Amino acid sequence: MAKSITQEFVKGLWEEIPPFRLVLGLCPVLAVTKTVENGIGMGMATTFVLLCSNILVSSLRNVIPPKVRIACFIIIIASFVTVVELLMQAFTYPLFLKLGIFIPLIVVNCIVLGRSEAFASKNGVLASAADGLGIGVGFTMALASLGALREIFGSGTLTIWETPIALFGPAFKPFTFMVEAPGAFVCLGLMLCVMNFIGKK
Amino acid sequence: MREMVKMVIVLTILSSFSGGLLAAIRSGTRDRIEYQQLKFVKGPAIRSILEGCSNDPIVDRFKMPDGEAERSFFVGVFDGQPSTLAFETYGKGFGGDIGLMVAVNVENDDIVGVGVTTHSETPGVGSRAKTEPSFAAQFKGQPLLEAYKVKPDGGQVDALSGATVTSRGVAAAVTQAGQVYKRLKPELAVKLESFSK
Repeated sequence: MAKSITQEFVKGLWEEIPPFRLVLGLCPVLAVTKTVENGIGMGMATTFVLLCSNILVSSLRNVIPPKVRIACFIIIIASFVTVVELLMQAFTYPLFLKLGIFIPLIVVNCIVLGRSEAFASKNGVLASAADGLGIGVGFTMALASLGALREIFGSGTLTIWETPIALFGPAFKPFTFMVEAPGAFVCLGLMLCVMNFIGKK
Repeated sequence: MREMVKMVIVLTILSSFSGGLLAAIRSGTRDRIEYQQLKFVKGPAIRSILEGCSNDPIVDRFKMPDGEAERSFFVGVFDGQPSTLAFETYGKGFGGDIGLMVAVNVENDDIVGVGVTTHSETPGVGSRAKTEPSFAAQFKGQPLLEAYKVKPDGGQVDALSGATVTSRGVAAAVTQAGQVYKRLKPELAVKLESFSK
């Protein structure tokens, strides 16, 4: 446990980047990454929940009785998820419509509960905050890169601030397979393959 | 025993704290959420049928009880006069309810425009009720207080080819809008009177 705060943060970006290294939280990863924007929105919502729940869990870690710790974690996580849901409805309604059911489903995202259980309940507040932020940013990067790849090939555009930018000329025929469900699996598999290939060297 | 009590106390405190937090945020964002929902779900239809009005109909809305239910009315200001009211009614379509926004000119009771807000009709067939401007345009300028029927039922509305059920639903929604308007007309007039001042 001699890691510094920076190390806790950085490990989430590459070494333990959730969808690619730990292969966790795949449900939103596969479902919402049709466009970059969806991916980033989902990632940011998850990051907020991770950061807040990690801070709260680690500051309450000496109060929470071990036998009901999971129940306590779920209360904390579910509260923050509802906060995110309300805020998204109030301020980014179109994005909320696109992400739909996947926002409430952050409650059962195993990354969030996993970080509370495996890290925040055993470490200090500052380290937990760094860990939550790192994992969250890593998750956002993973979703954004997968979303970008699928959107570029699947519809030939990149969506930034709700305006799709066409990348190719009119002769480009979209590779629609990529934005559909099987494309998500294939794309994720290829990215895992590249990550492992780089990691081996 | 002491551990049991501690578990109960910790869980209770945690739950009530989170309940309080959520209630606070909920009441803080409620108006904004309602506005956003209206803007993005019903907004496009309202804007298209109240085209050219000088106010924001979603901001200038009011609610009025209609029997058991409560209806929202959107005011459109034309030439400085709050002369147009838009409200939503429902008709039975092929795949469920069709939401229809109907705008009426309160001076002569003519329909200013109609627009489909929400529907679950077959894409490319029934969905043309929303996408084909000529279908909605035939209601423009017609008196609202009449009963509307599609031509196959002996009425006056040109049905969308292949989507008679959808067209029938829209016609029923317009008819229903007429009935609502007839019922509430005196109260609406009073409301608009106070609006212009």
